Amino acid sequence: MMNIGFGHFLVLAAVLFAIGVAGVLLRRNALIIMMSVELMLNAANLTILTFARMHGDLSGHSFAMIVIAVAAAEVAVGLAIVVAIFRGRRHVDVDRMNLHKH
Amino acid sequence: MTGTTINFLWVVPALPLLGALINLLFGRKLSRQAVHFVAVASVAAAFFTAFYLVVGYWNPAKPGDWQEGPLWQAYLNWKASGRVAAFELKETLYTWIQVGNFKLDLAFRLDPLSSVMILIVTFCSTLIHIYSTGYMSDEPRYSAYFGYLNLFTGAMLILVLGANLPVMFIGWEGVGLCSFLLIGFWFENETYADAGRKAFVVNRIGDFAFLLGMFLLYWATQGVDGGNSLDFAVLRNVGEHQPEIFTQVWWGRERLAAAAGILLFIGAAGKSAQIPLYVWLPDAMAGPTPVSALIHAATMVTAGVYMVARCSFLYAHSTTAMAVVATTGALTALAAAFMAFAQTDLKKVLAYSTVSQLGFMFVGVGTGNWTAGVFHLMTHAFFKAGLFLGAGSVMHGMNGSGDIRIMGGLRKYLPVTHICFLIYCLAIAGFPFFTAGFYSKDSILAGAWASHHDGWPAWYGKMLWGVLLVAALGTAFYMWRLYFLVFSGTYRGKQVVDHPHESPRSMTGPLVVLAFLSIAAGFVGLPHVMTHNAYFTFFPEWLALSLAPVFGHGHEASVLPHLSASTEWSLMAAASVAGVLGILLAGALYRKGPSQWVERVTADGAGQALYEASKNKLWVDELYDLVIVRPFRALARGLFEVVDRFMIDTVVVNGAGFAMQTFSRVSRWVQNGQVQRYLVALVVGAALIFVWTSRADSPSFRWRQVDDAIEFTAEPGHGLRQDAEIRWDFDGDGEPDPGVSGPVVTKRPGEVASRVTVFIADPVWGKKDKAGQPTQWRKITRRVQLPAPTTSSATAPAVGASGGVP
Repeated sequence: MMNIGFGHFLVLAAVLFAIGVAGVLLRRNALIIMMSVELMLNAANLTILTFARMHGDLSGHSFAMIVIAVAAAEVAVGLAIVVAIFRGRRHVDVDRMNLHKH
Repeated sequence: MTGTTINFLWVVPALPLLGALINLLFGRKLSRQAVHFVAVASVAAAFFTAFYLVVGYWNPAKPGDWQEGPLWQAYLNWKASGRVAAFELKETLYTWIQVGNFKLDLAFRLDPLSSVMILIVTFCSTLIHIYSTGYMSDEPRYSAYFGYLNLFTGAMLILVLGANLPVMFIGWEGVGLCSFLLIGFWFENETYADAGRKAFVVNRIGDFAFLLGMFLLYWATQGVDGGNSLDFAVLRNVGEHQPEIFTQVWWGRERLAAAAGILLFIGAAGKSAQIPLYVWLPDAMAGPTPVSALIHAATMVTAGVYMVARCSFLYAHSTTAMAVVATTGALTALAAAFMAFAQTDLKKVLAYSTVSQLGFMFVGVGTGNWTAGVFHLMTHAFFKAGLFLGAGSVMHGMNGSGDIRIMGGLRKYLPVTHICFLIYCLAIAGFPFFTAGFYSKDSILAGAWASHHDGWPAWYGKMLWGVLLVAALGTAFYMWRLYFLVFSGTYRGKQVVDHPHESPRSMTGPLVVLAFLSIAAGFVGLPHVMTHNAYFTFFPEWLALSLAPVFGHGHEASVLPHLSASTEWSLMAAASVAGVLGILLAGALYRKGPSQWVERVTADGAGQALYEASKNKLWVDELYDLVIVRPFRALARGLFEVVDRFMIDTVVVNGAGFAMQTFSRVSRWVQNGQVQRYLVALVVGAALIFVWTSRADSPSFRWRQVDDAIEFTAEPGHGLRQDAEIRWDFDGDGEPDPGVSGPVVTKRPGEVASRVTVFIADPVWGKKDKAGQPTQWRKITRRVQLPAPTTSSATAPAVGASGGVP
């Protein structure tokens, strides 16, 4: 049985973050982009917690709580915007949201 | 030289300039009467002011107080002591340029030389302005014409009154500009406009040399007290009291005076139409005839002679420069006289005659016979202006045609013009004893005969005299050929102009005045053998006060070896014979119109070759075209294609546009408004920064001597943790030595092989085995050269080749 050390947590967090980044960069659906942002936030949370554990320091935990709270608020506002856009346009494709460009 | 400072000398040049300002700015709105009233009045006022100043004036500072001018003062001195003395008026308006110790004043000076010049200029100018009111009466651009003519007069007055070289140069360039404007006055005609441009360009060549001469003089005299102003008085003083400045060896084995004099003379050759820069003057006949009379006969073209006379202090110090001036003058006199033989245009003959006469003047000043040069300048101004005005009157009567082949017998139709023209022709031919031209030309010839300067061969002056005598014979011949073809015989132009008419009073009046002066002007400078009455020999003595005695021997006015009376009479006789012989020859051939004999002789053989050479002006224009103009045009064309078209237009201008376009095309593609693409750039950039900052750079180790031991310190490098596992290999077997670890190890010199290796394990990324021991090592091997073990090495720790890249 392999030992699960801090390195594994960090690598997992990095993988999650990379998936989130890829999602934000590559997907065109606003809903998916928001999900990807959530993924990145949680990857950051995981990193923070890993280091907190590594150093035996509780302040990292409190940081994670704040991040979760902020993420919740952000998701609420973001989802509201996405729903509002969907009501108006019947789609949430970010490439087609280009009113300001033209 | 004594003198006094006055404050209204500037009025003389300012009056014509004011007239020019009025006519050029408001002339179009003024009536013709108003235009020519302004023009004539301003120049006439300048003449009277000049006369008033030259003779004497009431001092405005002290009302009722009479102040003598240069002429009156000289007269008083002569009355009192029997000798004329120098006296000058001077005015400094303001400091024009002051840079460092270079101080240039806008200053004017009225001494005998400039007195003579301003009287000639303003007087001829006034007459020619009056004449122009008749001659140019049908001209649509009447005000422009008079504006330019006034501007010319003003510039010419600045030229002759300027107290230093740069102020003279303002006038010099001003008259060049007016010459250009007036030659090309009828610029609708392409040939005329070309003639104007040619005059301008040829003059630029001379002006460039003139400037160089000026710089050289400045350079030479800047150490002198007041010498950094280029003032003529200062320069003259240098010539008299510090001649070593002008006589210093400067180029080759020549004196500085030679270089400066020749450079200035090239400028004079441009302005005064001497070989090789004379080519513009015959073409300049494209301008209106009064312009030819004023600018290209009486005043502007004599500026070069005036300049050489003004700088006599300089030329007197270099016989080389004088020889150049005199030889050029003699050659020009001869060549131009030859070219005049076969010309068929009235004005062209006069143009070559002017070139030739200017050559005479340059021989005068070039032989150190300054007063004779200026004397001939004055008499020539009168009779040559008269000849041009007479030609203008003839052409006016012939409805503008100047072809002498269709004239003849005009004395019947133009009686006044005929009489005046006859007198001018006598004067220019040097008809003995009563014409002005005889006395002035004789003084030049006698001076040339007598001149025997250091460094000149003994025969050189005699040779110049001989050349001039031939030129004088030619002058008499071609002028009288002209006279007979125009006025004598029967009228040949019936099919062109039915009945030529005499010109109006405004034109014949000036002719009469000039005819009078063509005789009278000679009697101010009679040779000493003829009279000792000072009234008749006054002019050269007075003028000599402004001029340098040759080679600075004392302050004698007489600049030439004295000739015996019999020699002088013989020379006079030779000159008379040359003049009369030319007249008789022309009379024999052309008295009854074009000569059959000449036509037969020039039909073939040598006669034809000579005739063609004269008619085609020795092919000089063609030669210049081939040697200078065409290569220059080719060069300009090449530069245009390579530099302008390719380098500037294509590479720089279009290249800048192309680069901008490319850049904007790329940046348009990047800045496309899609946030996700921006994010890509952000992520990629962040990743790059991460990789860059987290790489382990240059791991190494260093060593130093501490007492008898060597201390090794590992440097894992930036980006690796300091607690990395570290092993050492000191015995050189390539494997970590057991029991040696940690970043700092101390060894004795004998324990260390020549190659030391440090092993560094990355504690985070490096591979480890099950027990947690690192299995992946980074190896850095360096050659270690240790100092020889010494006992007295307790000195300051010597740092080995430390810390560097392995």
